[in-house]
Amino acid sequence: MDLLIFKIPILMVQASMDGILLGILFALIAYGMALQWGVMNIINIAQGELVIMGGYIAYFMYVVGIHPAFGVIVSPIIMYFIGVGLYKLVINKVVDRDLFISILATFGISILTQQLMNFIFGSDVVVAQSNFGTTMLFDNSVTLPNSKIFSAVVSVVFAIVLVMYMKKSKLGRAIRATAQNARAAKILGVDTEKVYAATFGINAALCGVAGSLIAITFTLHPYVGLPYTVRSFMIVIVAGLGNLPGVAISGMGLGVFEEFADYILGTEFRIGAVFLLLVLILVYRRFKLSRKREYLK
Amino acid sequence: MRVKNLIITFVSAIALFLSTSTISLAKVVGDKIILGAAVSLTGKYSTNGKHTQNGYNLAVDRINSMGGVKVGGKTYKFDIIYYDDESNSGRAAQLAERLIKQDGVHYMLGPYSSGLTKAIAPITEENKIPMVEANGASRSLFTKGYKYLFAVLSPANQYLEVAIDLAVEKNGGKPVNIAMAFEQDAFSQDVRLGIVDAAKRTGSKIIIDDKLPKELNDMAATLAKVKATKPDVLVISGHSKGALTAIRQISEMKVDVPMLAMTHCDASKLAKQHGKKAEYALCAAQWHKELSYSDKYFGNGIKYDKDFNDAYGYAPPYQAAESSAALLVWKDAFERANSLDKEKVRDALATTDMETFYGKVKFGSGGQNTAKPMVLFQVRCEGDTCANRLVAPTKVASHKLVHPIPKWSER
Repeated sequence: MDLLIFKIPILMVQASMDGILLGILFALIAYGMALQWGVMNIINIAQGELVIMGGYIAYFMYVVGIHPAFGVIVSPIIMYFIGVGLYKLVINKVVDRDLFISILATFGISILTQQLMNFIFGSDVVVAQSNFGTTMLFDNSVTLPNSKIFSAVVSVVFAIVLVMYMKKSKLGRAIRATAQNARAAKILGVDTEKVYAATFGINAALCGVAGSLIAITFTLHPYVGLPYTVRSFMIVIVAGLGNLPGVAISGMGLGVFEEFADYILGTEFRIGAVFLLLVLILVYRRFKLSRKREYLK
Repeated sequence: MRVKNLIITFVSAIALFLSTSTISLAKVVGDKIILGAAVSLTGKYSTNGKHTQNGYNLAVDRINSMGGVKVGGKTYKFDIIYYDDESNSGRAAQLAERLIKQDGVHYMLGPYSSGLTKAIAPITEENKIPMVEANGASRSLFTKGYKYLFAVLSPANQYLEVAIDLAVEKNGGKPVNIAMAFEQDAFSQDVRLGIVDAAKRTGSKIIIDDKLPKELNDMAATLAKVKATKPDVLVISGHSKGALTAIRQISEMKVDVPMLAMTHCDASKLAKQHGKKAEYALCAAQWHKELSYSDKYFGNGIKYDKDFNDAYGYAPPYQAAESSAALLVWKDAFERANSLDKEKVRDALATTDMETFYGKVKFGSGGQNTAKPMVLFQVRCEGDTCANRLVAPTKVASHKLVHPIPKWSER
């Protein structure tokens, strides 16, 4: 147990800011997962790999001399089509099946994409330089990399655009209708097949945006997708499906909790503390549900 | 029925003959001494696996073209049977079994990484097959009492010890405050143990001791603590991902430390990927081309660097150099044993005492190389071009260490 954060209170500001900025980025990935989980009832194990793939698109742009930040525009477009392609090739065959089958199928996609990225980009760890500089606060005691601020702003913008799209557009309404009741939507003339393809595409596009932001904020490697899958899965579990504000709050909350756990319990317990919190939340939810349970007498 | 039994017996006999004949031929086929290696050609270690393979191949070509190996008045050439272990320790262990039991290999070369070497070593040991490895530095490999394992590289705990000695020396011989962050894997934790020993030896104090989870790619919390506590030296080891993440976040968070020491700068191409942001980082390496060691096969480090570059189109990282050195050790052992008997060759390996372009090689009782010190280089930039410059140990250094590192506000 390290009490440094209490001795130097400015570290609390640093930890909170880092946690919030990180959490917003994770929330974007989690929102994509929640969307397709809610609509298609598919838990996408390959979510992290889609993120990394999006990151490699931004990295490729960086290598050929284009600023990697433009990846947030190019990457989602390419990733949308990759998402739709994956749906047509694999996901449409498992969409109405058991959840276990979809987990297996997306696990297969995850392994395949890892190997493909390794084949194309090599197994070196790479970074794309944004050279965005740093914002210093409180007499240089708190430092916030502008790349992280940029990531958070872009994530928020994309989230808002998506919410508007879901509310106002025809496809958005069709997606929401399918999520509520696929059979009824089909009877009312919604082409659910198209909706599923578009949903998987939108999820992949969101992963593309997040991946581009990760390329300029962290590092890329073909095999680092899993932590992003796990993290977004956790955020969705805490927030529930179809609850965007919940996803955003849960993302930021977990981010801040993780940072504080790092300072207080030590870096080695950072991830463990988040998992412990997840278990506690699930137990609490079950407890709450069990109190609501009604029995037929 | 009788005919059927006869056929089965006949086929079995042929199969048995073929399999035994393969075994008897595999260790030496004609004038070739066959070595076996499971190397990561795919998967997460494939880049370093390729460096390892290229290092082995360059040395095989060089030894063969310069007269081969002379054993019992006959000249042999080296040949290597490779398998791809897919960067997977289970697969590496299977392939080691296959090399020994099916291909009949009697002499092994190591894979890439401590983890995969740990997977293979029990198998070579059980089958009494000598293995010269060049890419497994974990201390635990050398404390198990293995008799058939020989490593041309220095153990992991020695990687950054010299950095602490250097920090104390620069502090006028007085103890220093150390902040450190190490990934939770066998190799990095061995490097950490070396630092703990060095801290005890020099009376230095460890003020931050973070253990980074393997999946972590954000060190902001550790670096904020470093910023707040102002240590004399910051030590980081977390493979390529750790090195690249650390430099990215140190530069973004403007963390000022008088000395920054790391591992895997070479493998992560730190100077190339981060350029000036990586300047002044001290990096531990098994080998550097500017070292003054030499041998008759490759000349010195500079010549090796050129030859490797000509053959494969890129500058050799130390993983390639140490792999080439493993072949020179095999050659020396065969010639001193003057026999192809694996036990005699193993005994010759144990008494190795030689100099190669890569450094001196002499094995300790655990199989580790005790004759070669680790070196430290510092990333230095001229204009926009950054390169690794040898700064320690001082007697072999080509450049003077820049200490303390200039503050970010002055850079």
